[in-house]
Amino acid sequence: MTGAPLPLASESSGMRAWLLSPEPHSRWQARLGRFYLGWRAFSRNPLAVIGLGIVILLILVAIFADVIAPYSPITGGDLRTERLLPPSETYWLGTDDQARDIFSRIVHGSRVTLFIVVLVALIATPIGLLVGTVSGYLGGWVDTVLMRITDIFLAFPRLILALAFVAALGPGIENAIIAIAITSWPPYARIARAETLMIRNSDFIAAVKLQGASTPRIILGHVVPLCLSSLIVRVTLDMAGIILTAAGLGFLGLGAQPPMPEWGAMVATGRNYLIDQWWVAAMPGIAIFVVSLGFNLLGDGLRDVLDPKAAK
Amino acid sequence: MASAVMNRGGGHASALRSSLKNIAQFVIVLMTTLLGLAAVTFFIGRVVPIDPVIAIVGDRAPPQVYERVRQELGLDLPLIQQFWIYLKKAVTGDFGNSVLTTNPVLTDIANAFPATLELATLGTLIGVILGIPLGILAAVKRGSFIDQFVRVLGLAGYSIPIFWLGLMGLLVFYAKLGWVAGPGRIDVTYSYLYTPVTNIVLLDTAMQGQWDAFWDAVSHIILPACLLGYFSLAYISRMTRSFMLNELAQEYVIAARVKGLSEMRVIWRHALRNAAVPLVTVIALSYANLLEGSVLTETIFAWPGLGQYITNSLQNADMNAVLGGTLVIGTAFVLLNLVSDLLYRLLDPRTR
Repeated sequence: MTGAPLPLASESSGMRAWLLSPEPHSRWQARLGRFYLGWRAFSRNPLAVIGLGIVILLILVAIFADVIAPYSPITGGDLRTERLLPPSETYWLGTDDQARDIFSRIVHGSRVTLFIVVLVALIATPIGLLVGTVSGYLGGWVDTVLMRITDIFLAFPRLILALAFVAALGPGIENAIIAIAITSWPPYARIARAETLMIRNSDFIAAVKLQGASTPRIILGHVVPLCLSSLIVRVTLDMAGIILTAAGLGFLGLGAQPPMPEWGAMVATGRNYLIDQWWVAAMPGIAIFVVSLGFNLLGDGLRDVLDPKAAK
Repeated sequence: MASAVMNRGGGHASALRSSLKNIAQFVIVLMTTLLGLAAVTFFIGRVVPIDPVIAIVGDRAPPQVYERVRQELGLDLPLIQQFWIYLKKAVTGDFGNSVLTTNPVLTDIANAFPATLELATLGTLIGVILGIPLGILAAVKRGSFIDQFVRVLGLAGYSIPIFWLGLMGLLVFYAKLGWVAGPGRIDVTYSYLYTPVTNIVLLDTAMQGQWDAFWDAVSHIILPACLLGYFSLAYISRMTRSFMLNELAQEYVIAARVKGLSEMRVIWRHALRNAAVPLVTVIALSYANLLEGSVLTETIFAWPGLGQYITNSLQNADMNAVLGGTLVIGTAFVLLNLVSDLLYRLLDPRTR
């Protein structure tokens, strides 16, 4: 959804008039028109555009990592002469203790980061959405039970719960993803429930009910789509937290295992050489910072557009 | 809450009844949450791929011995019964022994907790002392340089990995500039000059008049405390700004100005007093968050607190210690949330 409106915004004024037409001829035109308005509001916020730029850059780097990275991220150079070299023209960000090019590792690490973020979002969002909408729509004891479970998961500090889960499941990137997903869904469930409570009593739901729609159909077909926009904002704002938690797990040696170029684990390696070869720890940390900043800026911008009530 | 408002006019008896009902509701919520916490840790303990019996008897023990230990540990009982035993033990503070230190987990936690408390408290203090004035300034001078500054500070606080910032802090202030002491709580030379009473080094040394040791402890704690303080500040200043903006837009502020009150008085006596109510919640929450932040910070600064205890135990597959620590931090988290909720009701007359 990010790339599409770009060419539209710069098209001729006829296109603009078509998009902004107060009487759209098709649902599609109306939708695109809303989208265009949203994009205009979004692009007025320079920080949000920077955030979007960072996220797009992350995706591009992850896709073209093989082309961009000048060296292999896994196998290093000559251990006698190319170990722990400072940043130079050959090695832009220096080399690490295995004589690997740090720049190449960071470039490939973008794939790991993207992989974690996307998978966590794909696992946690549907769970939260389902729990929240079912809980809000059905109400009664189902609501009480589901919300109490949600509260219990909310009661744990996120990193600590993830730590405990990884301890039980064993270290590794898949388990780290599962652990982070388990700790991520409760806030989404809360938001989805709040939205559902507002939607539940609308006339159109009553109409659908009179037409004989089943409860699953109402929840999946009518309630869930309306909850999506505020949930997308929340998930985007959460991405930075997910990245930081994953990096924290990696730093503690519980996330991605060596030699995978995960940024948090790379900082952990650099810790041993902090005082004399600072770049080994510093560079991957900057990468984590820039990417989480990008997601935070993007999330703030999206919130202003999609959820004006929450923005202050 | 709603029922409390409706019962307003119902006289003394019904007010009492409604507040009793509130308390009962609180207790039930607290109990189910704690029960859930225990259930989660119990469940995690069961899915661990480590066989606790083999961990004790070794993998060459004869089957009879294995079976006997299994029965002693109660692992042959139905799961629900095992959970009941686990609960009964957890209530009395018995989390089993740590494999790593051979002490009861509770003793270890009691030893480690003051260190975490010391660090998190100092961090929150720094966050409150700097964060609230910054937030107020940002709200009063909206759109100014200071407002942008607070915004950037907040955004960075939400985006910087805490462990990385800690390492960079060590690199710059300890290794390069030499302004602060390195990892640890106190230098070995000073560590025998005082007797640990509260296990909070700053208090112990100060109360016993060991000022050299006190200043050494200060130079050790200042960097990790500032680190946690920064993350607390990022959160508190952002929330203060938003609460103050909300209050400053209210009519009573206009009324106060029309009355001719000085701007300082309007801001500090009127707007801030009203913004203070939600701020208390925010401070309690940030305190709870620092408990979490301390896990990574303590690892970096070799700070012998709960966070380091959990990560050390993790790396040694010491599940009793991990789950005990998780349960304790989870409980502290729940209680802090509850306290903030109670304080909110206490401070804000509208919720009564």
